[in-house]
Amino acid sequence: MSKKSSATAEARSEPGTGNPDLSGAPVNASLSVEQKVGLYRLMVRIRRFEERSLRAYQAKKIGGFLHLYIGQEAVAVGCCSLMGKDDHVITAYRDHGHAIAVGMEMNPLMAELYGKATGCSKGKGGSMHFFDPSRNYWGGHGVVGGQVPLGVGLAYGLKYKGLKGACMTFMGDGAVNQGSVHESYNLAALWNLPVIFVIENNGYSMGTSQARSSAGELARRAEAYGMAWGVCDGHDLFEVRAFMAPFLEEARSKCKPAVVEIRTYRYRGHSVADPDNTYRAKAEIEEYRKTKDPIQVLQNTLLAEKVLDEATIEKIDTAARAEADVSADFSEASPFPTVADLQKDVYWEVDNPSERKSQGRLFFN
Amino acid sequence: MPLIQYREAIRQAMAEELTRDPNVVILGEEVAQFHGAYKVTEGLLEKFGPKRIVDTPISEAGFIGMGIGASMLGVRPVIELMFWSFYSVAFDQILNNAANVRYMSGGQINCPIVIRGPANGGTNVGATHSHTPENVLANHPGVKVVVPSTPYDAKGLLKSAIRDNDPVMFLENTILYGDKGEVPADDYLIPLGKADIKREGTDLTIVTYGRPVIQSLAAAHLLQQEHNISVEIVDLRSIRPLDMDTVLASVRKTHRVLVVEEQKPFCGVGAQLAYMIQSEAFDELDAPIARLSTIDSPSIYSPPVEAEQLPNPQRILKAVIEALD
Ligand SMILES: Cc1ncc(C[n+]2csc(CCOP(=O)(O)OP(=O)(O)O)c2C)c(N)n1
Ligand SMILES: [Mg+2]
Repeated sequence: MSKKSSATAEARSEPGTGNPDLSGAPVNASLSVEQKVGLYRLMVRIRRFEERSLRAYQAKKIGGFLHLYIGQEAVAVGCCSLMGKDDHVITAYRDHGHAIAVGMEMNPLMAELYGKATGCSKGKGGSMHFFDPSRNYWGGHGVVGGQVPLGVGLAYGLKYKGLKGACMTFMGDGAVNQGSVHESYNLAALWNLPVIFVIENNGYSMGTSQARSSAGELARRAEAYGMAWGVCDGHDLFEVRAFMAPFLEEARSKCKPAVVEIRTYRYRGHSVADPDNTYRAKAEIEEYRKTKDPIQVLQNTLLAEKVLDEATIEKIDTAARAEADVSADFSEASPFPTVADLQKDVYWEVDNPSERKSQGRLFFN
Repeated sequence: MPLIQYREAIRQAMAEELTRDPNVVILGEEVAQFHGAYKVTEGLLEKFGPKRIVDTPISEAGFIGMGIGASMLGVRPVIELMFWSFYSVAFDQILNNAANVRYMSGGQINCPIVIRGPANGGTNVGATHSHTPENVLANHPGVKVVVPSTPYDAKGLLKSAIRDNDPVMFLENTILYGDKGEVPADDYLIPLGKADIKREGTDLTIVTYGRPVIQSLAAAHLLQQEHNISVEIVDLRSIRPLDMDTVLASVRKTHRVLVVEEQKPFCGVGAQLAYMIQSEAFDELDAPIARLSTIDSPSIYSPPVEAEQLPNPQRILKAVIEALD
């Protein structure tokens, strides 16, 4: 994957903020010490949650797929930390990081992975289908590119209702080639919808590198639709925030959509089932781990700023591990859904029988 | 005969047809360098090279539509869907273009493509990844639909599908990929539209296809041993064309029928079968036609509940006993 040097917001048609001064960017400069520590803690909690979930998967407590976000944490935390109460998020199946970043608790997330009734989707969705509409978190979607029109719809809904927010619509670098994504770009630009399409470019779609799947520069496709676009390095939380803030503001205040590409990296295989030995070199992964790990990068910055010290780092880490362990215990102790639960949450009318208006059979066995 | 896996049988079929016909090309996500998400195409790139084994971007409508277009010029694309569940992204291409182009051109154009990949539940991948669309596909005249249950059938049917001049939808199963069976190492074909009696019996006929064939065999074994019930199992193998002769012959022998399908019940394959059996063999039936389907809701993730949502040997055993009551 081609890497440009960090700290550059590359060509963009608008908004024309040029290269932001990252350290002094207002969204970062205004952060209190507690807020900075809070952002660091979020990234650590995501990492520890996922490491714990991996162990649970290996112990066969979790079925199906498990797509880990490890290595990409600064993207979700950076973007979601800019959310106001009217801002919304939707993403694909690599959705654990965004869920924690918007404030979801570990217990219902881990319980969802365990397939338990106490899970955030009552054990019905699994790893790829986390949801929490109370936190403006609209999932968790398993079909590549499928969530992107929904993100446009959320933005349309905001505008329709006269709300001030914007919708961040996340997708992977592999998703950009789906027709639904291009159709979404056109609708968003045509109707000036407050949506930011965030391409989380981790270099690979499964075993296919960006170079083998996509023609041209990913975010530049926005130009064809007259949309703003930009590219940013996604390993530094503050850089992500500084880069995203103006785009979000344009979307919120002027209903200007944009396509942004945030360059990041996943350390683990595509999913836990991917042996990860055919398409990239171990040395490449090691290099990222050593020099670009988003938690390490932020830790270094905050240590230099004297916002963090070793004791606090240790405390945050211990607490995050304990929280993840507790969530696993909670999940273990929770009940599974029952066969009778299969036909709940399918139709609103069935779940609200006193208000049923239609007649006739809804289920066929 | 060599004992090989279901996935290897499919691979052999593709390799033999790639060798036989230079117009055959394999297209799909991760089929070449990654060797296939389920390792079905492993080794084909090394053997046939990148012109014949092509990795595509994640663009199902694009590459399936492209395959249809190429087939109009006589290329014979065998297109892998990583999951049949993603057919919905390419629905328009399959149902408006592949299914209709021959008809709308007054028979001037053929569409000799195969779309293949797994279509099954039971691996806890949730509602978006667990669709079994054979009924939806078969609802469209112009397409053929094949669902093999064993390695032997998979190879013989896929070779026929690749040589077929119509679009063939070939639905495999991730849970069966590792199953082993005896498969001839050489060229053989199983015609599309020929059902197979997988077990002879006298008390009741199970009509089924795909993984439920394997589950029905397990149930039939228990029924024989523990309940002294003799079950005949008809494996349809192909949904369209449909071999009603074999089904009706078995009904005339046992006079009782249970249809088992890994399908949601509404307008499922079983509904069509039940209609045809009662219409063509009403006087042969000693009891209403029984039917066991997937429990009617989107596919649940929760592993133990998903196992109960789908047909399984215990549910089949119970359904047989009830049907004989
Ligand atoms: C329509 C569709 N096609 C194929 C898949 C199978 N699949 C799941 S993830 C994936 C790769 C996606 O890569 P990318 O968009 O870069 O996201 P990342 O996994 O890197 O986060 C593929 C091919 C799918 N889920 N949906
Ligand atoms: Mg990617």
